[in-house]
Order: sequence, then structure tokens, then C-alpha cells
Amino acid sequence: MRNRGKKILALGVAAAMAFSMAACGSTSDTSQSSDTSASTDTSSTSTDTSASTDTSSADEGKVLNICVWNNEFPNRMKDHYPGFEAADPEDSTKGGKIGDVTVNFIVTDNQGGQYQTKLDEKLGAQDSAAADDKVDMFLVEADYARKYVDADANVAMPLEDLGITADDLSKQYKYTQDIVSDANGKIRGTSWQACSAGLIYNRAIAKQVLGSDDPTAVQEAVKDWATFNETAEKMKAANYKMTSTVGDTFRVYSNNISGPWVQDGKIVVDPNCKQWVDDSKKLVDEGLTTTNDLWTDEWKAGFQAPGDVFCYFGPAWLINFSMGNDPSKEDDGSIAHAGGWGLCNGPQGYYWGGSWICAAVGTDNASLVKDIMLKMTTDNDVMKSIATADSDCVNNKEVLAELASSDEGNNAVLGGQNPYQQLADGAEKVDMSNTTQYDQACVEDFQSSMMNYFNGNATYDEALQQFYKSVMEKHPELTPAE
Amino acid sequence: MADRTAAAPKARTKSIKRYNKYGYIFLIPFAAAFIIFQLIPLVQTVYNSFFENYKSGLKMIGPNFIGLDNYKTLFASGDFLIYFKNTMIMWVMGFIPQMAVALLLAAWFTDVSLRLKGQRFFKTVIYMPNLIMASAFALLFFTLFSDNGPVNSFMIQLGLISKPYQFLAHIGSTRWLIAFMNFLMWFGNTTILLMAGMMGIDTSLFEAAEVDGATSTQIFWRITMPLLRPITVYVLITSLIGGLQMFDVPQILTDGSGDPMRSSMTLIMYLNKHLYSKNYGMAGALSVILLIITGILSLIVFKFTASKQVES
Amino acid sequence: MKEKKSNSPSVKVRRVIAYIVLILLTFICLVWFYILFINTTRSNGELNKGFTAIPSTFFMKNMHNLFHGPTPVIQGMLNSLIIAVSSAVLSTYFSTMTAYAIHAYEFKGKKAIFTFILAIMMIPTQVTALGFIHLVNSIHLNDTFWPLILPSIAAPATFFYMKQYMDSNLPSSLLEAARIDGAKELHIFNTIVLPLMKPALAVQAIFTFVASWNNYFTPNLILDSKMKQTLPILLAGLRRADWKTFDMGQVYAMIAFAIFPVIIVYLLLSKYIVGGVTAGGVKE
Repeated sequence: MRNRGKKILALGVAAAMAFSMAACGSTSDTSQSSDTSASTDTSSTSTDTSASTDTSSADEGKVLNICVWNNEFPNRMKDHYPGFEAADPEDSTKGGKIGDVTVNFIVTDNQGGQYQTKLDEKLGAQDSAAADDKVDMFLVEADYARKYVDADANVAMPLEDLGITADDLSKQYKYTQDIVSDANGKIRGTSWQACSAGLIYNRAIAKQVLGSDDPTAVQEAVKDWATFNETAEKMKAANYKMTSTVGDTFRVYSNNISGPWVQDGKIVVDPNCKQWVDDSKKLVDEGLTTTNDLWTDEWKAGFQAPGDVFCYFGPAWLINFSMGNDPSKEDDGSIAHAGGWGLCNGPQGYYWGGSWICAAVGTDNASLVKDIMLKMTTDNDVMKSIATADSDCVNNKEVLAELASSDEGNNAVLGGQNPYQQLADGAEKVDMSNTTQYDQACVEDFQSSMMNYFNGNATYDEALQQFYKSVMEKHPELTPAE
Repeated sequence: MADRTAAAPKARTKSIKRYNKYGYIFLIPFAAAFIIFQLIPLVQTVYNSFFENYKSGLKMIGPNFIGLDNYKTLFASGDFLIYFKNTMIMWVMGFIPQMAVALLLAAWFTDVSLRLKGQRFFKTVIYMPNLIMASAFALLFFTLFSDNGPVNSFMIQLGLISKPYQFLAHIGSTRWLIAFMNFLMWFGNTTILLMAGMMGIDTSLFEAAEVDGATSTQIFWRITMPLLRPITVYVLITSLIGGLQMFDVPQILTDGSGDPMRSSMTLIMYLNKHLYSKNYGMAGALSVILLIITGILSLIVFKFTASKQVES
Repeated sequence: MKEKKSNSPSVKVRRVIAYIVLILLTFICLVWFYILFINTTRSNGELNKGFTAIPSTFFMKNMHNLFHGPTPVIQGMLNSLIIAVSSAVLSTYFSTMTAYAIHAYEFKGKKAIFTFILAIMMIPTQVTALGFIHLVNSIHLNDTFWPLILPSIAAPATFFYMKQYMDSNLPSSLLEAARIDGAKELHIFNTIVLPLMKPALAVQAIFTFVASWNNYFTPNLILDSKMKQTLPILLAGLRRADWKTFDMGQVYAMIAFAIFPVIIVYLLLSKYIVGGVTAGGVKE
């Protein structure tokens, strides 16, 4: 009892399903990438390396501090940044050296908002911190990026102030820049990933119910939400679920809202999100989907052969890392292992995941930071090596086009289908100009509040009131729209 | 307790007087640690409750002095009472079986005539669930009660249900699961506490009662229970306080939402929401109210048990 | 007479009921450890498929991955051990001393102090968390073990338990006798009171140890550097690992690894309690 009190808050260590970690996008296979990439890129770009380290050592700080929440970016740095010498080849988070600059990763788990708390504290102390303790770079995720790229807050440097031009960023997808643009349109971050996503369908079910598993034919059956729901009825007749949970489609709807979640201090539910509620309620009532959370065993059940779920929604990293072993590995009984999935664009364009790099205002390593940003997010060679070694869907139109037209891009999980054309097309369609700093709260609370409606524990209005309440608890300055 | 305070002073007064300064000396370490690590932070909490002070993005709003507005907001919305009710319901649901089972076990273990074998094994086992971290425990629990989990597949195999029962999508089952977890984590603990108390009872009392022909039920209610009162009061109060502070189990099981429709949202989960959003003012006010309620409840329990003792 | 009584039919029935209830409770208490054990023997892929009751063959592999991964589990265990043991020792010793002060001496304000300590027992930890962190930072004790150990000196619940225990088990005549022999007060406390309190001390030591060992909230706010972090923080970190290196098998292996020492300490101390050395004598 006393013990109970002490443990408390604590173990926000999270429910099984709380792996919102998914949101941070893809990943790295240390074992695989370290050997392939290290050799290739260092040689191809070795000339630039020496140039950049020279300038940074001449007139700049000796310590580069980078705030991150996991080992994804440290791994990318270790494996792909030319001239990065890891202190411990096994553990990228221990940092290393670039020339004579020491690289420190400040890793804070994102559990229960810890990462943002830590970051806020560090950035708040930026002015008074000793030169070697100042944060030079930090990473953010899309849902809360706006908080840090805010013009008034001014904690992330506009890229143009670093000398990064629009030309440098021309190969990137616009949505990845929208997410980190401030109110004046200044870009304050950059990403190496374009986690554009599509509809991943079970080929066997497609053949049986729709008569074909060809991506173009399947796309016809899910081209918009009305058609999607008609197809769902066919799935019902064949005793399949359309999607695994209501959460599968939420991102697709919510990425395509016509206005921001918060307008003039009022919380606004966009018609497209209301549409998600109505469509999902129908699907739940007809047993065509469930109200389980993403990442639960129930959600993943459809990954296993033969599978009773027609489709999932996800980007490349979901296909490559979450749906089961690819055919080259041991048989785990998954559909992925049999190459039984197909990919098409689905009803609307959307993205899922990704990490953005920001330069902290007050950095004493500006030119090194600039070089890292350029190399890691715009350099064709580095991007290509990230795409091939880590299977990230990179934020580079040229590299994606190249992959789309070569066999290198063929994906065994998708039965040999090359997904890059769809992913590239999808990335063009994503429009994230409506993001606000409140999105994280709105997106999370809207889904969890509506679960009550789907499960029959509340009416839509009651669930809506709970949504408003939840958001206002996080942001007391907001009011519900009337 | 009562007779000691009445009889002892007279005899002891003289000899004890010169040692009494040690009372203060022995209090120093406790007092120092308390003042530094609890009182100062607490004062700050109370102080915060009178200010509007929260974070909007990276900007801090306030602190602006607003008097009792935070308190008014808390009560005006009515949420506070609902979460208080939820907390108490789930506490009672867990505590009654916890106390009943613990008393039963403690009585069995100390019953001379029963002479249970393997006592050490059983005693050791029942405390075990308390050792697992709550997070890990919730993870295991979740595995067990999920739609495709063993409990559901077992019930389907038995033909009790035709499709998986969504335990966390229903108010009753969610609350029962939480209460059951609390019960499971704490009944062994309570048993140990009660037994430690029972071990302290002079065995000659039991023997005398047996000689007089008392049944074990009589011995339990007439001798064990009254002598056990101090420990029972301790268990009740700490459990009540622990119950009011119920957090980790429902937080983890419902992923912080307290759903369905916040029916399993406890006071501390609500407090946590304000802490999470750095709303120091509201969190402070909620903490102060929580403190007052805990104080009142404990006082009631104290008075109740104390007066009963006098009557008997 | 006792023999006759314990073999009467009613006692036999009660004994059977007792065994049935105990076996049932044993099952629901141990099934968790079984599930945990099963899960530590399964690979990430197998775990994704849902629960089964049959162990798999990945136990050694999961453990190997855990110990050879980047997470400093051994260091984490040492850190946890240092903090938990220190807390348990300080908490039981000083809180018992405080209880003794209230129990054995008469002084001004005693009643008020007693009531006050009871009142502070009710302060939820998380209520003061914000102020606590602020304080720790301002006296530069962040990223050290001190803020996790020192506060346990003032453990009101331990104090209250000790006070209650003394009320039923610590006769003042004993103390009188010791004083007549000329023993110093602190000496009396250390050599006469503490040994008499052994069962209670063991109980509270277990509670404090377990609470400290499993605590995630406060250490996570205080400890920044990886080599100082405790097991629950490392466990959380493991579960936040990025997608490709994420391995649920390792997470379960770590949980098993983290609760193992607690069980050992518990078994050691519980043996001591159950074996029992109390003034009143124990039924065993």
C-alpha cells in the first residue's frame, strides 16, 4: 500500500500496446547495415568529409550534443555519415567523433512524454549552458514538431539561417517540409524519411473475393471511401474482416483534413474525421473490424497465414519489419514469409512515421550541423545507402525514382512487387499544411474517446465531449467549437 | 493500549524523565529527511495551487495569482467527484476480498488444531505477485485477458461464450480486472502483516482458551481479533491511502484513458493528466484536495476503531 | 487432548477446505511466473503469434541477446541493488528509531508529532514530485543515488507499523531493566529493542526493498546517464528500442532477470520471518 503509492506514476512503462514507438517510424538493423554501408559511403564521399571537419574544428565547439529518443538516428549516423567514428561499434548511442569534434547523444525514452520534458528543460537552459553542454541538434516527430518549429518559441533554427537553400531541399517531398515549417513559412527541420504509406492487402483474399490480386485491380476496389466500404460488404459475405482495427484507417482520414484541429483557440473536428467515426462505427457493428489498439496481438493476428484480415495500412517500415520474417529468413508462419502481401495506394494519400532533425538555436557547431543535415537528408549517395541498407523510404525523389525503376526495389514480402512507385506517388499526394502544435493531443484523444462510441459505451456526443475534455486537460487554453 | 497509558505513567514518571530528551534526539534524522524531501516540495505544491500556471507549447503561462479559481474549476466540472467515486468503488472491490482472504489465511496458518502442512511454501507463494513490477504484471495480465488470450480461448473451448469477450471494453469487467489485480498483488502482503501481528500474541492465551473448551471460531473472534486490532487498523488505513493513490494498475491496463468512458479513471490518474501537461496550478489544487480527503477518511477510520475499542 | 481435537471430523473438513483454497490461491499466484517463464523461452516472432502454454527453445538465446546487447543490465542490477538495499536499511533503522522515540519517551508535543507523521503518511508521492525534482536540481543532486536513498529515512508507513508493533510487543519493563543495568539509550535501542523487533524489521525491509527495486517514476526523473540507471528504466528503454532491433523475447528475459533478485532476497528474508523468532513464540 505504501509500496503501491511509491510505485505509482511509475510504470507508465506502459501497457503492452502502448508501443506508440511505432510512430517514430522505421529503424535500423545494426548487424546488417554496419557492414554494408560503412565501406561504401566513406569511400564515395571521403573528400567532403575532410572539408567539413576542417571548418568545424577551426572556429567551433568541440562537442556536438544531439537529443534523441532512441537509437535510430545514432545508428544512421554511425552507418552512413562519412567520417563518423563510433566510440562503440556495438552501441551507436555512446556517440563518437567526427574529426576532433566529440558527438554526444542524449537519449531520453519517449515513454510518458519524457523525451519532450527533457528536451524542454535542455532548450530552456540553452542560454545559460556552457558551450560544451549546449544542445546542437535535436530530433522531433511529426505529432509534436510544430511545438518546436514555432516562430515565437524560436528554438529550432530556420534552415536558411544555416545557409541551406531551397535548392538543396528540392528533391524532398513537400509534406515533410510542411510539418516543420513555422507560421511564416520558414522551414526549421529536415528529414531523411518520407514515410508515405499505402494499403497493404492480403493477396489470397483479394484473389478469392475480388477475383484479382493485381495492385491496379485492387486499387479500383478501394479507390475512395465509398468504394472501400462496398468492398467491405463483399468481405463480410466471404467471412473476412476488412481491416484489423479502427485505428488502421484513422491516419488516412486524419491526414486529409480540410482545416487544422485547432482554429482560433477552438478545437474543431474536421468532416473527414467525422467520416472516419461514421464509417468505422458501421464496420465495427458489422464485425468487419475491431476496437483493439494497434500493436496488440489481436491487431497482429492478421499477419499470420492464412489471415482473416483483408488489409492493413502502413508504410515501408511496417512491411519490412513488423509483419513477420521476410522470405529469406526462417519460416515463422507469417503471410510476409510467403510473400503474400500486395500494396496499392488506397482511398487517400497519407504518411506514417518519420523523424525530423532540427538545429538548436544557440548551437556552437553551426557548420557541422549544416553538413550533417545536408549529408543525411539530401545527399543522393547517403540516401541511397540508407534506402538499401535500412529499407527506409527515403525523402528523395531521385533516389525513389531510381529504386522504382530497378529490381533493387523489389520487395519479397510483397511477392516481388516493387512498391516504390506507389510510395513515391503517395508521398506527392500527402498534404500536411494543416498541422498544429496540438495535433498530438487531438489525434490521440480523438481515437481513444471514440472507442467508447464504437464499443457502445457512449453516444457520439458523449464521446465527443470526452474528447474535448481530454484535449483541454492537456491544453487548458483551448475551448470546444460550438 | 488504553490500560497501559492509564497505569504506566505513575510508575515510570520518575525514572524516565531524564531520558526524555532522547525522544527528541531520536526524532532528528526522520525530521530532517522529512523536511528536506517532503515538506519543502509539499509547500511548493500548496503554493502552486493558487496560481494559474501551465505550459502552452514551449511558453509558460503565468504564474498569475488567481486565488481559489483552480479549486472552483475542479468542483464546477463535477469530474472530481466522479473520479473519487471510481477510485473508492475499485478500492472496495479489491479490499474486501483482500481483507477476508488474508484474515482467513492468517487464522488458518496460526490455528494450532488445523496443523496445516507446507505452511512455509504457501506463505511464501502468496506474497509473490507483489514482487513483480506492476508494469510487467499488467503486461502479463493483458496477455492473459486479451481477445485471443488464454482466458478467452479457454472459455470458448468450454462453450461458455461463442466469441471473445472484450474485457476492457466493458465497465464492469474493466473494474473487476483492476480490483482483481490489486487484490492479487496485496492479499499476500496483508496476510504477512496480519500474521506478524498474530505471532506476537502470547500462545498461552490460546492454550488457556482451548483448555476452557473454546472452539477455534471463538478463539479467533474473542482473542485473536481484539489483539490484532492495532495491525488491522494499520492495514485498513494504509490500504485506504494506497487505494486513494491507485494509479499504476488502471493506468497501464487502460493506457491512461480510464475508459470505458473514464469509469476506471482514478484521482491520481486525473492528477497525472495535469502533471503531464505541466498544469502546475490545477495539479497543485487537486493534490491539496486529495490530501484533505485522505486526512478526513483516515480520521474517520481512526475515530471509529478507537471508540469501538473503548466500548468493548 | 490436542491430538483428539485435531482429528475430529469437523477439523478434517476444515483442513480439506483450507488446502483447496490454498492450492487455488497458489495457482493464481504462480501462473504469472509461469507465463513469464514461457514467454522468456519464445522468440519475438513466436510471441507475435499470441500466447501458448508450451515452452519454446529460445531461452538461452534471449538471455544471450540481453547480456550481449547494448543495455548494461549487470550495471543496472548493481545500481538497483545499491539503492534498494540502502533504502531498506535506512528506512527500517531510522523509522524504527522514530517509532521508538514516540513509544518509549514522554515529551512535549509527542501527540502532535505522532498525529503529524500519520498525516504526512497520506501525502501521495506524485503530489510532491514536481517540487522534489526542482529541489534536487537546485542542490545539484540530480543524476546521483542520494535523492533516491536519503528520503527513505523518513518513511511514515514504516514508522506507523513499527509503532503499532511496539504497542503490542515491546514491554516497557524490559527497557527499565536495561536502564537499571546502566545501558546508554542508543545502546538500548540497538542491542535490546532492535533484536526484539526482528520480525517487524524483516517485514518492512522486504516492503521497502521491493518498492525501491520496482520504482520507475522517481529514478527515471533523477538518473540521466545510462551507467547509473536502474533496471526498470533500462527495461522501459528496451521496450522503446527502435523497430528493427526491438525484440519482445528480450523484454521478457529482462523482466525475468529483474524480478529474480527480488525473489531471492524475498526467499531469504521470508524464511527468516516464517521461521520466526519472536518474544511471543510462533506457531509453525
